[in-house]
Amino acid sequence: MSQRLPKGGRLIDRSTEMSFTFNGQTLHGYAGDTLASALLANDRMMVGRSFKYHRPRGVVASGAEEPNALINMGQGSRFEPNQRATTTELFSGLTARSQNHWPSLDFDVGAVNAHLSRFLPAGFYYKMFIHPRSFWKHVYEPFIRQSAGLGQAPTERDADTYEHFYAFADVLVIGGGIAGLEAARAAGASGAKVLVLEQTAHWGGRAPVDGGHVGGRPVEDYIDSLVAELQAMENVTLRSRCMGAGVYDHGYVLGYERLNDHRPGQDGPRHRLWRIRAKQIVTATGAIERPLSFAGNDVPGVMLASAMRDYVVNWGVTPGQRVVVATNNDDAYRTAIALKKAGVDVLRILDARETGGGALMNTARDMGIRIDCGRGIGKVTGGKRVKKVQICAQAGAGGALEEIACDAVAMSGGWSPVVHLWSHCGGKLLWDGDQAHFRPDPSRAPTGADGKPFVTVAGSANGHLGLDAILPDAGEAGRVAAQAAGFKPKRAAAVAVDPTTEAPMEPVWMMPAQARPALRAKAWLDYQNDVKVSDVRLAAQEGYESVEHTKRYTTLGMATDQGKLSNINGLATLADALGEAIPNVGTTTFRPPYTPISMGSIGGEARGAVFQPVRETPMYGWHDSHGADWEPVGQWRRPYAYVRPGETTHDAVMREVRNVREGVGMLDASTLGKIVVKGPDAGRFLDMLYTNMMSTLKPGKCRYGLMCSENGFLIDDGVVARIDEDTFLCHTTTGGADRIHAHMEEWLQTEWWDWQVYTANMTEQYAQIAVVGPKARVLLEKLGGMDLSKESLAFMEWRDGKIGSFDARVYRISFSGELSYEIAVPASQGQAFWDALMQAGADLGVMPYGTEALHILRAEKGFIMIGDETDGTVIPQDLGLNWAISKKKTDYLGKRAQSRDHMTDPTRWKLVGLETVDGSVIPDGAYAVAEGTNANGQRNTQGRVTSTYHSPTLGKGIAMGLVLNGPDRMGEVIDFPGTDGTVYKAKIVDPVFYDKDGEKQNV
Amino acid sequence: MLILECPCCGVLADETELTAGGEAHLKRFGPESSDDEFEGYLFRRENPRGVHFERWRHSHGCGKWFHAARNTVTLEVYGTYSAQTTEPPEAIRQKISGVAPGWKWRLFK
Ligand SMILES: [Zn+2]
Repeated sequence: MSQRLPKGGRLIDRSTEMSFTFNGQTLHGYAGDTLASALLANDRMMVGRSFKYHRPRGVVASGAEEPNALINMGQGSRFEPNQRATTTELFSGLTARSQNHWPSLDFDVGAVNAHLSRFLPAGFYYKMFIHPRSFWKHVYEPFIRQSAGLGQAPTERDADTYEHFYAFADVLVIGGGIAGLEAARAAGASGAKVLVLEQTAHWGGRAPVDGGHVGGRPVEDYIDSLVAELQAMENVTLRSRCMGAGVYDHGYVLGYERLNDHRPGQDGPRHRLWRIRAKQIVTATGAIERPLSFAGNDVPGVMLASAMRDYVVNWGVTPGQRVVVATNNDDAYRTAIALKKAGVDVLRILDARETGGGALMNTARDMGIRIDCGRGIGKVTGGKRVKKVQICAQAGAGGALEEIACDAVAMSGGWSPVVHLWSHCGGKLLWDGDQAHFRPDPSRAPTGADGKPFVTVAGSANGHLGLDAILPDAGEAGRVAAQAAGFKPKRAAAVAVDPTTEAPMEPVWMMPAQARPALRAKAWLDYQNDVKVSDVRLAAQEGYESVEHTKRYTTLGMATDQGKLSNINGLATLADALGEAIPNVGTTTFRPPYTPISMGSIGGEARGAVFQPVRETPMYGWHDSHGADWEPVGQWRRPYAYVRPGETTHDAVMREVRNVREGVGMLDASTLGKIVVKGPDAGRFLDMLYTNMMSTLKPGKCRYGLMCSENGFLIDDGVVARIDEDTFLCHTTTGGADRIHAHMEEWLQTEWWDWQVYTANMTEQYAQIAVVGPKARVLLEKLGGMDLSKESLAFMEWRDGKIGSFDARVYRISFSGELSYEIAVPASQGQAFWDALMQAGADLGVMPYGTEALHILRAEKGFIMIGDETDGTVIPQDLGLNWAISKKKTDYLGKRAQSRDHMTDPTRWKLVGLETVDGSVIPDGAYAVAEGTNANGQRNTQGRVTSTYHSPTLGKGIAMGLVLNGPDRMGEVIDFPGTDGTVYKAKIVDPVFYDKDGEKQNV
Repeated sequence: MLILECPCCGVLADETELTAGGEAHLKRFGPESSDDEFEGYLFRRENPRGVHFERWRHSHGCGKWFHAARNTVTLEVYGTYSAQTTEPPEAIRQKISGVAPGWKWRLFK
């Protein structure tokens, strides 16, 4: 069993007991425990099940690399899945639940998958789900849905807050182990501004566990004095519980600080995302021990040797009572020694090396531990817990030489530097054959804006595994970084460090080396995603040569741990199967973040009302208090309709449309883009921007214009008013104002920079109100002021003047087909002007109308709407707008593109009106079907609906759509199948449904 | 996340302040151009592993377009310069030639 030792545990405080629950059961731990150490102290070795086969899974590691111990943490609004027990600090009241099992951790139905494992080989998903198509709905999809993801999704809104924090450093040190601290001291001594990030709550990394002496003192003392020294330096900042998550271009780094995970409910943000700019970065990210690939290496109780040592030394917990150690290097002997010192039986050390290890082996032997060299594990047996180990010759095929009963296995396959942060921004790796790992290639570091390296690596992250190599390397890294950041480093003081006396490790990628297929099929590489040695070999056999392809095919390293334990072993297995050297096969790409970071931290403060700004017109408050049903249009909110008590939204829209047609309505048109284009070349410039001729427009007149991209596609429309010889005011769509202003600036700044034109986006300077309907003039005349008669202000003209006491610019333009005035007043006068109009129009029955009424009014008139009739693939010619394309101009943006074959193809779908035969409304987005099927077996199509409404004016459903040869097929009835099985029959008609001669707007 | 100096306002701008605008120094072809010319102008783009000239806009700053000469592999920035030019300034050409000898691009060798 795993249990708390009677004494020991450098990180725990035995005087402070904490209670927590696991799967509903109350357990106890101590302050300083991680959830993993506390679970182990309570003999909870098995903590979850694997993704694919639902195999029992136990704690295998002690830190961020843990693939198995993922748990559902917390409850309600603080529930979060997939939290690592090994990096979760224990607190009183913690609630944890294991994942990926049903109905319980001990008895799980999904474990049946394990018995089907020969039907679930590598590439299973690819092979299985290709066909038949009909299986998708009833077989594959339910299966995939049921097995998707490990934990559960939260159901409540997150109760915590998060924040972003900006920081700058000359030298950023990532990793607060002994190497990071040493590098920080060396950099700090130069005067550089240094920031040190450490992902755990403790300084010094694993050096205190591994032991040794520096300057004659125990390494732990040395670390304490280093930390004290750094804390006293004003130019150095230390942050623990803060992980360096990613290194990006030009020295940008994301830090992920977990402020309150260990004390939930405290004031302040839970997580803080540090957005750091550093001149130089030192990655002192340490190294991770590799598992050994032997059969049954996933049985709970099999653990990394270093992790087992951590549990004993840091938390006073032993994962077992009778332990077998398997290794290919000297470091695992430290675990055997630590266990033995703690009073745990170490039954055997199986050293795969024929000649065994160095000084540590002798120490272990002197303590009475039996050591077998040239031996390995043939098989571990036991279901939910290690029961027995079969010992075999490492050189053989797995024939059992002996079987011993035990309850835990410590394994060590050697160490891999954590190269992730070095690699994120392009740092390259080299293969170190002696240590059998990839480490950073200092000659190919990530480079910055000056073309020079901006990342230096220090300590075991650099491939140095002994204290005597780590300290000088780290000091040098700190000095190099400081110098590169423009500081003058001080010379290093020499310290005496215990010399390393280890024997060389020996690569072991399969244990035993010639393991039979049955053993390989039980030797796990990726614990979380259930990828075995046999899966990678199968992929190689099926022709997968690239490691990137193999990864995706087998899902090796694609779980939430991103393969921290499995990558190198998988790579070596692939290389072996391909008969290639490991460096020739290469590595997969390391992508940030180093470990998953919370979505909350990415969002930071940007949630709820501050997620994005909402743009409000001057009359926003009035709309809001008069029943506005809001519709987002870009960042604006516009009233969709003003719903009165007792009305449905649809009722309101119908009422608003009728009121405009029969009386007078008011629309807040302030959101329409208003861009002033001014200068001697303004006319020439607008001739290039619009398809129409704008330079011939007379001051005082308005003209409707179309704008296309250089690709020929229609991007915006609106009315242009010529203010004076040099000045135009261009109206754009609501959503288009900023985009079109940017479009204008782009062409002015980058193509026609010698043209004398200025632009200014005046959208928010004016409130603009459309007064629309047969009684519009009567209403305005009640306020008095300028002459608004047909004679002095004709259709498509504008005038400046006074309406009542308001300075107004009045445009006689119409998007509804009715008599219509659009009146712009200074934004500050908008509400007062609106109120004056409402008051003056009260006895005329004036009502505000919203965007939906606006849409219906324009659709009844056959006016197009950008975004409805256009979708980025539509040209003006498709919409019957040839009248708005100048034939005289030699050039305009889009003209050349509109002469391309595809654009002049007579089979392009063209705009028509559509009238349902029975008066119903065609569903939005419906397609018109044609005879026959296409190559994918789908019905052929011959058109689609672009706008569709119930018209209260005509009392029936009307629509616009793009239809094959539409304008030549007037009167023909075509079919629009709905998604509910109904087929809507619609007659092709002229898109102008109402007042075809335009008499009503021209009165 | 790149940092580029806006040559118009002098700010060292984070990439979040900027909007990328694709390849710089395109020559516009209008209505009289051939299909090949127009295709090249509208669709064909350099996508080099190495030295590249790009258009950027200081969109959350002064609003001006500018050009950047940089290396897409090493992330080295050779310089930023006005968008109101049809070719990179001589100083930047020389700098690139110094860093990447023998490198060629269209007009300058
Ligand atoms: Zn600028």
